[in-house]
Amino acid sequence: MPLTAPCIDKVPDCCRAGLFSSVLPLALFGMLCLAWPGVVQGEVFLVEWAWVPSLDLYLRFRLDGLSLLFCLIVTMAGFFVSLYASSYMAGKQHLGRFFVYLHGFMIAMLGIVTADNLLLLFVFWEATTILSYLLIGFDHENTTAREHARQAILITVAGGLFLLFGILLLKTAGGSMTLSQWALSGDEIRNHGLYPAIFICVLVGAMTKSAQIPFHFWLPNAMSAPTPISAFLHAATMVKAGIYLLMRFHPLLGGTSLWTGTLVLLGGTTAVWGAVQALGPYDLKRILAYTTMMALGILTLFLGGQTVLSLTAATTFLMVHALYKASLFLAVGSIDHQTGTRDLRHLGGLLKAMPLTAVAVATATLSMAGFPLFFGFIGKEIMYEGALAEEMFPVFATTATLASNALMTAVAAIILITPFLGRRPLMTAQICEVPWTMRLGPAIMGGIGVLFGIIPEWVSANLVQPAVFAYHPAREEIRMVLFHGFKLPLLLSMITLTTGGLIYWFRIRLRHFIQTGLDRLWITTPGIYQRTLDLFLWSAGGFTRTLQSGSLHTYLSIILMVLAVIVGGSWFVHIPSVFIVPGINDDWIAAGLCGFILLSSGVVVTARRRLAAIGGLGGVGAGVALIFLIFGAPDIALTQLLVETLTVVIVSMVLFRLPPIDTVRKRARTRNLFNAVLSLCIGLLVTTFLMGVLTAPLDRSLTDFFEKYSYIAAHGRNIVNVILVDFRSLDTLGEICVVVLAAWAGVALMRSRKKEE
Amino acid sequence: MESVILKTATRLMVGLMLVFAVYLLLRGHHEPGGGFSAALVTGTAFALFAITEGPGRLRQAIRIRPEIISATGLTLGAGSGLPALVMGKPYLTGAWWSFNTLALGTPMIFDMGVFLAVLGAILAVLLALEEN
Repeated sequence: MPLTAPCIDKVPDCCRAGLFSSVLPLALFGMLCLAWPGVVQGEVFLVEWAWVPSLDLYLRFRLDGLSLLFCLIVTMAGFFVSLYASSYMAGKQHLGRFFVYLHGFMIAMLGIVTADNLLLLFVFWEATTILSYLLIGFDHENTTAREHARQAILITVAGGLFLLFGILLLKTAGGSMTLSQWALSGDEIRNHGLYPAIFICVLVGAMTKSAQIPFHFWLPNAMSAPTPISAFLHAATMVKAGIYLLMRFHPLLGGTSLWTGTLVLLGGTTAVWGAVQALGPYDLKRILAYTTMMALGILTLFLGGQTVLSLTAATTFLMVHALYKASLFLAVGSIDHQTGTRDLRHLGGLLKAMPLTAVAVATATLSMAGFPLFFGFIGKEIMYEGALAEEMFPVFATTATLASNALMTAVAAIILITPFLGRRPLMTAQICEVPWTMRLGPAIMGGIGVLFGIIPEWVSANLVQPAVFAYHPAREEIRMVLFHGFKLPLLLSMITLTTGGLIYWFRIRLRHFIQTGLDRLWITTPGIYQRTLDLFLWSAGGFTRTLQSGSLHTYLSIILMVLAVIVGGSWFVHIPSVFIVPGINDDWIAAGLCGFILLSSGVVVTARRRLAAIGGLGGVGAGVALIFLIFGAPDIALTQLLVETLTVVIVSMVLFRLPPIDTVRKRARTRNLFNAVLSLCIGLLVTTFLMGVLTAPLDRSLTDFFEKYSYIAAHGRNIVNVILVDFRSLDTLGEICVVVLAAWAGVALMRSRKKEE
Repeated sequence: MESVILKTATRLMVGLMLVFAVYLLLRGHHEPGGGFSAALVTGTAFALFAITEGPGRLRQAIRIRPEIISATGLTLGAGSGLPALVMGKPYLTGAWWSFNTLALGTPMIFDMGVFLAVLGAILAVLLALEEN
């Protein structure tokens, strides 16, 4: 219920971090403004460093009209959001972390829109995914927030994989990784056999990021993020990344009937479905989330088109939406901050209490509804022109645009009228205006919406035209004017406003209808998502329980079985026809040792007591060591002997804690049989391997090198040691690291078990 | 483990084995031996000691924690490559200083690093096993 927020129009100490950190986006915005006149003239700014040239990977950043438009939106929203957050988040925990995520997110988004290398773009693309996860789940002690964050990351990462796949297919089809070269090679890719696959992969990537049906449901749930983040996510970053991707791919993949048909149908459906759902909830933030879905649908719809008009509509609406959406989200956050609720049923009469916020919301919603003299009106006029000129499904496009715009008008009315002009429920006089840091953003962005509505010629010449020219080959001048004359678009605009008014009038009945309708849907995408997730968790749990049994015997068996089946299988397919079977050649010492080893192995297998088994094991080791010794490898023999000794000592140490061997024997007869078969397989594999090695002539060049230089270069006569500590010392360094790490890990495991006991 | 024979033998053996380990470590460059073998011999000696006298006595005897021994070993091993860098050669290239017939070089430090790292690892596992 309404909380009483302290009415201090002063910035507390803890928000200095926020104020300070808003300098970064502001500085970036300023630098972009410096580059702006050049970009309008058609100039392109380019910086490049080699990263992994062999993978065609360059750190190549390019600022053209489209990038500039996006960068301006991102940095401006970033500035106001930082400023806003400095007050909004005051007193919350982990403020430093919050600003790091926020600015990381902003920089990743700037990276996406300026990267000129597709792989580089992908890296930033994934960075926004991860950062959005951290931001949506910022309130990490809240289960719902964590769940929603996970939903967002799972869906967008899945889309990211599709995008990566699309990138690889594009490379296979001979496409360039450099975005700015795409305009030249479009026809080649469009006629390639892989085109449909590339298109679908890229589209799925864009759809998941930009919340198109059926991947839309993560977006409303992303409302679990703190409000400034929602504003940033919806207006400028994240969801716009998918739209940007479609714009960039337009010269390469666009223009086919597949592209146009899919995008128009998909975008139209998403727009109408989002707009209809926006009427349902009482939560202001949720309403705004659905309107974002509508906006993304509209943008997709117009990006399907091929004409300049259609793309101009998309570009203009992008700006319209960014301005009003950021402004509205921040204003809703202010209402929430001051009254403690975002529920329409508990809000009303805020006009007197928060007059400046009310003005900001009024400008934003009027722009959203598309009233004349507001930027939204210009956007809507162009939309209708574009929809009517669509190459495919013009009737569908126009109807979808009309329907969603009418619904938007109604939603705009709901957002403006109910909280500010409606009857005041239990509100008291304690509610007051938010500090200036929280007023500035909504006011200025709302104000720009009015300003751009009055000077559309300037906007079209300085923002829209350079952006559209960056991804469309046409060079006819784009001119937006305040009044287009009495034509069909104007009529459609009027119809929109009237219908919107009617919908607003019947809003309560419609809301009831929509809510019951939604409840009755028997198959929903969130439901499918949940069931798939459950299935994954269930199967993963089953796998883990089966594979990670905790028994050393099982692990070793699995490893050896893999060795026997995969390595052994391929070895027995390519086995050499002739083997050199080493003869005894009167070397009776070696033969005797072999007999000794066999005997010891027999002892190990048949021993009734563990001590005997260990003795047998030691015998095998010693025998092998002696064989090394008589064949001239004293170093290996020494090491082998020492390792055997240490093993016997350590094993005898733990010996007395194991169950008697007889009980184990009786317990598992089939297991013993399995062990025997597996051991024989591995033995056979290694033996034939070694005999196979003998068939190839020995290459002595390395041996000769070491023999020659061991004393001259490394002052050592023991070649093995010289190799270990000098010639190949980096390998040894790696090995001792592994030894130490393994020991520490083992110790940690033993200690943790001790603690459990 | 209570066994008079083992206890008596161990007392004699441990000292001898430790001396032998040092011998192995130092002769390694020309004859069979080296840091790894020396560490194994030392580890065996300490294992015997731990079996007869208990892990507590062993900890007292070696004083330094095994984690620190192995960490020192890794540091020595990694650090022995640095003089080469200073001289402008690739990392871990052996640097040698000759005194008449005796040549001393960084590989010896590296070998000691191997010795300490492996010894620390063996001791850590050994003590954890015995104390469990």
